[in-house]
Amino acid sequence: MGTETEYGISVPGQPGANAMVTSSLVVNAYAAANVPGSGASTGRKARWDFEEETPLRDARGFDLDIVRGSPDAPAADEDLGLANVILTNGARFYVDHAHPEYSTPECTTPRALVRWDKAGERVMAEAARRAAAVPPGTNVQLYKNNTDNKGASYGTHENYLMPRAVAFADIVRHLTPFFVSRQVVCGAGRVGLGQDGRGHGFQLSQRADFFEVEVGLETTLKRPIINTRDEPHADPEKWRRLHVIIGDANLSEVSTFLKVGTTSLVLTLIEQGWFVDNGIDLGVENPVAALRAVSHDSSLNHLLTLRDGRTMTAVQLQMEYLDQARKYVDDRLGTDADDETREVLTRWESVLTRLESDPFQCSKELDWVAKLGLLEGYRTRDGLDWDSPRLQLVDLQYSDVREDKGLYNRLVARGSMERLVTEDEVSTAMSTPPEDTRAYFRGRCVQQYGDAVVAASWDSVILDVGRESLQRVPTLDPQRGTKVHVSGLLDRCRTPTELVQGLSGA
Amino acid sequence: MAEREKGGQGRANKRAEEVDEVTSDEQDAALADVKERHDKLADDVDDLLDEIDEVLESNAEEFVKGYVQKGGQ
Repeated sequence: MGTETEYGISVPGQPGANAMVTSSLVVNAYAAANVPGSGASTGRKARWDFEEETPLRDARGFDLDIVRGSPDAPAADEDLGLANVILTNGARFYVDHAHPEYSTPECTTPRALVRWDKAGERVMAEAARRAAAVPPGTNVQLYKNNTDNKGASYGTHENYLMPRAVAFADIVRHLTPFFVSRQVVCGAGRVGLGQDGRGHGFQLSQRADFFEVEVGLETTLKRPIINTRDEPHADPEKWRRLHVIIGDANLSEVSTFLKVGTTSLVLTLIEQGWFVDNGIDLGVENPVAALRAVSHDSSLNHLLTLRDGRTMTAVQLQMEYLDQARKYVDDRLGTDADDETREVLTRWESVLTRLESDPFQCSKELDWVAKLGLLEGYRTRDGLDWDSPRLQLVDLQYSDVREDKGLYNRLVARGSMERLVTEDEVSTAMSTPPEDTRAYFRGRCVQQYGDAVVAASWDSVILDVGRESLQRVPTLDPQRGTKVHVSGLLDRCRTPTELVQGLSGA
Repeated sequence: MAEREKGGQGRANKRAEEVDEVTSDEQDAALADVKERHDKLADDVDDLLDEIDEVLESNAEEFVKGYVQKGGQ
C-alpha cells in the first residue's frame, strides 16, 4: 500500500505566484541537495518513466478514450517539463496539478506507512527551506490539507494492491458504507461548510463536500466515493490497484494508522468473501448525502439509514465493521494474526468506544478532535463565531509543515499528540526505503548509481550504462526487489554496469 | 476528631457520623481533585492558546484570503 498527497502551496504576499513554478522550485531545490545525480553539476536527474502508466484505464473494464486529454493525463505535465524525481527512499516527489506531491514508497504495514508518510512532511518542510535559499529567495509555504476553502480541493489518495479476481461490485457494495462512516476516525477537521467554505461551522472532513457521485473514474471533477482508476503498477492479470481518493490528509499518526489499517482489514474481508458468505450488507441509503451529513455533525449523533431499514450513527456503523473484522480475524487467522493487525483492532475499538461516550477523550489521537479542541478554546476565550478568520487560520495553520509554525507540530512538541514512530525513524525514512517491497531496489539504485538512473517508475528502473540502448529493469512484482532479494547483488555491484551484468547473468 | 470524642455520642452514632464524615471528606477530596484537574486543563488550554497566539500568522483575515489554490485530484 501507499499514499500520495498533494500539498497546498502558497507564497504569502504574492497571491499571483504561479503554483506550477513554485511547486517545481521546491521539488528541484530538494532534489538538488538530496538526490544523487540531480545536482547542477550533472545537469540531469532521473525522470519518471510513464511507459507503464495508463491512468485512464477503468477498473470496471471500460475503455475510456473519450476522456483522453483530460487534466488527469500525465503527459500534459510531462510536456511542461515539471519537476518529477525519485528519492532515495523510493518515494516519488513531483508536481501534479499545480501542487507538490509526495507519493510514499510501497509499504506492507500501517506502521511503515505512517513512517514514510510522515517522512513526506519532513521532505516538504526541507524542500521549502531549500527553495528559500535559492536566489532571489522565495518564501514558499506548504500545507498538508485538502482545500483552500474557496472551492478548490486537492487530494490525499491511498492505494491498495488487490487480487484481480475480487468482483468490483463487491468492493463498491461493502466499501461505500465504510467510507461514508470512517471519517469519524480519520477526518482531519475543517472550518467551513460547502465546497467554498462559506457556510459557517465545523465539520469532520476536509473532503466530504467535494464528493458528488458514488462510483466513477474522475478524480478532479464529480469526484466519486469509489474511484475506478485501475492502474495496478503490477501484473494486471493478477492485481488491481484500489485507488482511494476520499481520504483526508492526516497529520496525526494514529489517524493515518487507523485510516490505512482499518481500510486494509475491510478490504481483506471483501477479498475473502466474508460479507457475501455471511450474508452481511451494511449498505446505506443515499451515500453521497450521508457522507456530508456525517461530516457536518461533530456531535456524532446523526442517524444513517441502512438499506435494510436499520438506523445507526456513523460510529455504530464503524462498530459493525469492527465486529466483522474481529470475527474474521478470530475465525480465519486465530493465533496466526500478526501483532499489527491486533493493534489495529484494539486501537479501532478503543477510539470508537471513546468517540461514543465523549469524543474529546480522543484529542491526543485524532486530527479532527485535536483541531476542534483548539478551535473551541479560541471560541471560548475570545468569543469567536465560526465565520471568524482567526478560526479559519487555525484550521489552515494546523497543517503547516514547518515544525515551529505548524499547529499540529506544536501540539506534538507539547506532548499533546500521541506518536507511533520516533523522529529518528522518520528522519531515516526520508532517505532510506522500506526493506520489504520493490521500493528497496528503486531507492537503493537512486542512492547508489546516481545519474546512471535516467528514469524510474513504480514498475521499472532504467539505467544508462553507456551502451547503445538504455537498460530497463522491470520491477513488476511489488513483493520482489526487497532487501532479502537484492541487497547481496546491490552490495556486490559497485557500478550500474556490474548491476546490469549481474541481473542478466552475464 | 478530638472534639467529636468529647461529644459523648453513642458508639453507633459516632460510627455513623465517622462514616459520614469520611465520605464527605472523600467527596471533598474528589471534588477538589476534579476542580484541580479542571483548573489544570483550563490552564493548559490557556497556555496552549498563548503559545499558539505567538506563532499564528498575523492579520488572519488577509492571510486566509490570500490562500488560494488551484484544484487538484
